[in-house]
Amino acid sequence: MLNYSESEMMAIAAGRLIKDGDIVFAGTGVSILAATVAKRIYAPRAVVFFETGGIDPSLDEIPMTVADLRVMSGTALNSGLIEAFSTIAHRKLRTVAFLGAAQIDRYGNLNTTCIGDYHKPQKRFSGSGGGNDVASLASGVISFMQHEKRRFVEKLDYLTSVGWYRGGGSRRELGLKRGGALAVVTNLALLRFHDQTKEMYLAEYFPGVSPEQVRENTGFELDVSGAKEAVPPTAEELAILREEVDPQGLICQPPQ
Amino acid sequence: MKSCSEIADRLMSLDQAVDQFIFDGCQLALGGFTVTRNPMAIVYAIIRKGVKDLHLVAHSNGQALDILVGAGCVKRLEIAYGGNGRYAPTCIRFGRAVEEGAIEFEDYSNYQMALRFLAGSLSIPFIPTKTGLGSDLMERDGFSPEVRREEKVASRKYARIDNPFSGEKDEVALLPALNPDVALVHAQYVGEDGTVRIKGLTFADLEQAKAADKVIVTCEEIVPRSFIRQDPDQNSLASFFVDAYVKVPYGAHPTACFNFYDYDPKHLNLYRGAAEDDSRFKDYLEQWVFGVNSHEAYLEKVGTEMLLKIKASPGVGYAPGLDRR
Repeated sequence: MLNYSESEMMAIAAGRLIKDGDIVFAGTGVSILAATVAKRIYAPRAVVFFETGGIDPSLDEIPMTVADLRVMSGTALNSGLIEAFSTIAHRKLRTVAFLGAAQIDRYGNLNTTCIGDYHKPQKRFSGSGGGNDVASLASGVISFMQHEKRRFVEKLDYLTSVGWYRGGGSRRELGLKRGGALAVVTNLALLRFHDQTKEMYLAEYFPGVSPEQVRENTGFELDVSGAKEAVPPTAEELAILREEVDPQGLICQPPQ
Repeated sequence: MKSCSEIADRLMSLDQAVDQFIFDGCQLALGGFTVTRNPMAIVYAIIRKGVKDLHLVAHSNGQALDILVGAGCVKRLEIAYGGNGRYAPTCIRFGRAVEEGAIEFEDYSNYQMALRFLAGSLSIPFIPTKTGLGSDLMERDGFSPEVRREEKVASRKYARIDNPFSGEKDEVALLPALNPDVALVHAQYVGEDGTVRIKGLTFADLEQAKAADKVIVTCEEIVPRSFIRQDPDQNSLASFFVDAYVKVPYGAHPTACFNFYDYDPKHLNLYRGAAEDDSRFKDYLEQWVFGVNSHEAYLEKVGTEMLLKIKASPGVGYAPGLDRR
């Protein structure tokens, strides 16, 4: 059996969700690896772009922030923020965004702002950035989370970015015409959302993880009835990730 | 310099620009994004001068915003994001100032802040958007009613309306325009005629500059008129928008400047370590801001070795193979 780390499994599991031809909005960290792995293996015609305005950079080196010079190098086009959001929102494009968060609820709403009271928080995070915008405007959002009870919560301390809002048709009723939470990739599992209720359920648990373990680390009731084990990373996926996408190990460290 | 005669009266030193345009309590828009093209040299000059009570209006400003907050220059902040990517997922002095209640702050999103500057540049009072709906950005005010009555603060954070053209329920959020007192931009090139050229991504720098009452442009190089006019499609901002020009090579260090230099990972890590502790942060400011009396002295302290390491390669615009851990 192949040896791989949690973050490598996450990058690969998320990369597999990208369809060929998708316009992929990448953030930083594992999401940029997922986008790059996807493009090199499953979705060669996918286009990676950044909220800062760089479209289809060569990504010979991994960017460390969405404003890294590496997101504006070898691109098809460089622009500003407003043009970038016109791409994310574009009605002709299927745009898929990767987002990370400190907290998530059962409808895939995200908190990247604070823990505790907004005005006097116990812990302040970076804030929305473009998160709220892409969650509002993109065709769909894939979130990255550490799978812990304190992060998978009944009620967010602050709702920064809207997923399925309060479930059912509530997102559309807000005036958000498309989009919503597509999937959540954690260090334990891949989770998706029920078609009608828009509630999160366990789709795949990673090798070595049990459905019960996922449930125990989730702070709300989670349907695990239809879950199956995820396919582990293949040798090809790991080789591309380690040798081509992140050879310096800046984001994903292979197991010791 | 005879060839700079067209902008001679606007060409000045960092200190002159700060003295002339930056005042206590002024509303300031910083150019750049996280660790790229932050106007650091002039920000250091602002800190050295001891400017107080700044009202920053920001999308995702990173390093410049964090050091201004940490140095105690900021009273009020409208912000979408305070982070430096891998070098500080949340800007440390910013996070701490919010947690300690040391600054007044209010959250928007990146696109919303960019739109607010765009509205300001177009001289329209507000602008609609389909973002923010349903989120706490729209539900929770950061500023108190007293702050809302102050100059340059919108009387409310958002408004909402249904599309007035369709007659159907189709809500949009309305954002108040921004017209900051001053915008700071760090650009790669300024022509002798005053035309500004930014290479790489422009972020919201141009909307910020056009929305502001006064604009200070710092630049890596001042180039001949014939050079800047040879390919005008590459240019970003016309001369008449700009009130002051300062030539400061490496003026964005330790943040990056496309085609000129990469971010300085060693310095950003040093900063992060300092920012985590009050007394170490004070030492950092002492050493890197107050203890150097010119930008040249600052660069000398950074050292030739590092300046060469971060030098961008013309083919790609960054420093390939730079150790970024």
